[in-house]
Amino acid sequence: MSITTIMGLYVFALAIFVGWQVISKVPHLLHTPLMSATNAISGISLVGSLVAAGSDHGMITTILGTIAVTAATINVVGGFLITDRMLKMFKKRPEVVK
Amino acid sequence: MNAELNTTIIVVSYLAASILFILGLQQMGKTETARRGIRLAEVGMFLAVIGTLLDHQIVSYHWIAIGIVVGSAIGTAMGLLIPMVKMPERIALSHAFGGLAVALVGVSEYLKHGVHIDQLTMAATGFEVFLGSLTFTGSLMAFGKLQGVLPGRPITWPLQNVMNMVGVVAAVAGVLFMINDPSQAVVFYAILGAGTVLGITLVLPIGGADMPVVICLLNAYAGLAASATGFALGNNVLIICGALDGGSGIILGLMMSKAMNRSFSNVLFGAVGGTTEAAPAAGAPGAGIPSSANVGTIEDAADVLSAARSVIIVPGYGMAVSQAQHAVRDLANALIANGAEVRYAIHPVAGRMPGHMNVLLAEANVPYDQLFDLDSINDDFASTDVAIVVGANDVVNPAAKTQTSSPIYGMPILAVDQARTAIVFKRSFNPGFAGIENELFTKSSTMMVLGDAKKSVASLTQAVKGGEVKHAA
Repeated sequence: MSITTIMGLYVFALAIFVGWQVISKVPHLLHTPLMSATNAISGISLVGSLVAAGSDHGMITTILGTIAVTAATINVVGGFLITDRMLKMFKKRPEVVK
Repeated sequence: MNAELNTTIIVVSYLAASILFILGLQQMGKTETARRGIRLAEVGMFLAVIGTLLDHQIVSYHWIAIGIVVGSAIGTAMGLLIPMVKMPERIALSHAFGGLAVALVGVSEYLKHGVHIDQLTMAATGFEVFLGSLTFTGSLMAFGKLQGVLPGRPITWPLQNVMNMVGVVAAVAGVLFMINDPSQAVVFYAILGAGTVLGITLVLPIGGADMPVVICLLNAYAGLAASATGFALGNNVLIICGALDGGSGIILGLMMSKAMNRSFSNVLFGAVGGTTEAAPAAGAPGAGIPSSANVGTIEDAADVLSAARSVIIVPGYGMAVSQAQHAVRDLANALIANGAEVRYAIHPVAGRMPGHMNVLLAEANVPYDQLFDLDSINDDFASTDVAIVVGANDVVNPAAKTQTSSPIYGMPILAVDQARTAIVFKRSFNPGFAGIENELFTKSSTMMVLGDAKKSVASLTQAVKGGEVKHAA
């Protein structure tokens, strides 16, 4: 195994651990926004799509890459917008109402 | 700019993005800081994209620009226009987009390297394409079931679990084969095909009410596929995001299964769920009422509620279907104005995705400090005057506690049956997803109000308000 792969496995294992710690602390209340947010973040596959669409490895690669860029961008832009729209709605009881 | 500087900028931007994503998710743990968390994640995404654009492999920005413009236009439209009730459908659809992007990147990777692909990249690319295509079609099936395009009931056929198992084994064998001989493009596309077919055949047998778990699982697959992409491209930010996404999907899926007292595998392979959907407009409301049921009018319910000091509202999928959340909020406000204490009890699997009810009630401006989890409110039902059930069924069925033969036996339920009075809004006496009778509906302390939840709740609100005015006058 190359050193890159070994480092990749390190990163993967640690990220799973950190993710588990962070995500299990999110309350039930926010589970839908959480899903929507992780969905937007997983749109990071955009970085792979960008290279595929912009590099010069033949027309098919470019076409597939462009479709992938489009799909990933929909997730990033739509995901962040809708998560924020949801979170904006979560309000506490106004102090004046007793 | 020289290549070395570019590489440094890319690496630093990815590192910053990874840190910002983790911090962002951490801030999602509290309602007060959640929006700030989203901002951090947005900045991270922006940095990662800008960094990537400096990659020396990119020679033309023409097609990238087109993809980003089209994707942003569609994404903005979806982000701003999709109503909150359609959130499970949107999440399913976005998993489909994510799976599609990953699968296509995998194919283009294979085309790029051809036979010169090294073994490890081949292995990662193989799994990437398999999981990506499986997530794509699986999510489309989930979307179809949620949207009602496909029947919500489980679609089963002989030997389906055996067939699916064979499919998975064949795909893994295909990946192993490709590692040894990457020149066989046919095998590579067979892996893609296997993922595409398995996405369909794995999700079709799962009932509509089990969709919360399926959505979580597809989330996990999408994440693992993204991690595989990271290994194929040697890209750490992809590995990290995939791990975060995959981990979150698995955690939420396990929580959902636990809240139904069922194992992950029972949900995925058990094909549970007879009559899933509360078939709207099927027959006249009130058809087939058991004689022992105590059916009340709006006025009867208003009388009970006018005297109530403490009320707990239990929303379910029926509230989402009839979009009754605003009407429910109005009723709660009328009761509060009447001097009652009103709280909401949210079962973890109420609705079609984790946290579904919370989002709908937040949309209707219900303050989140009125919403309570099963664990924090369940002991209070016994000392509550009235529990109002709006479109929930299985999550309040006492059979889960008493009948060992029941398919939902052992599932933690909201103890609505212990409240002094339970008012249940229901379209008809159709059984819930497990197709079982609910003895709560025929209990002497239960009053059934039949009809469309939104309309009934709205007229009840009027009656409560009217009654109060009359008393005051």
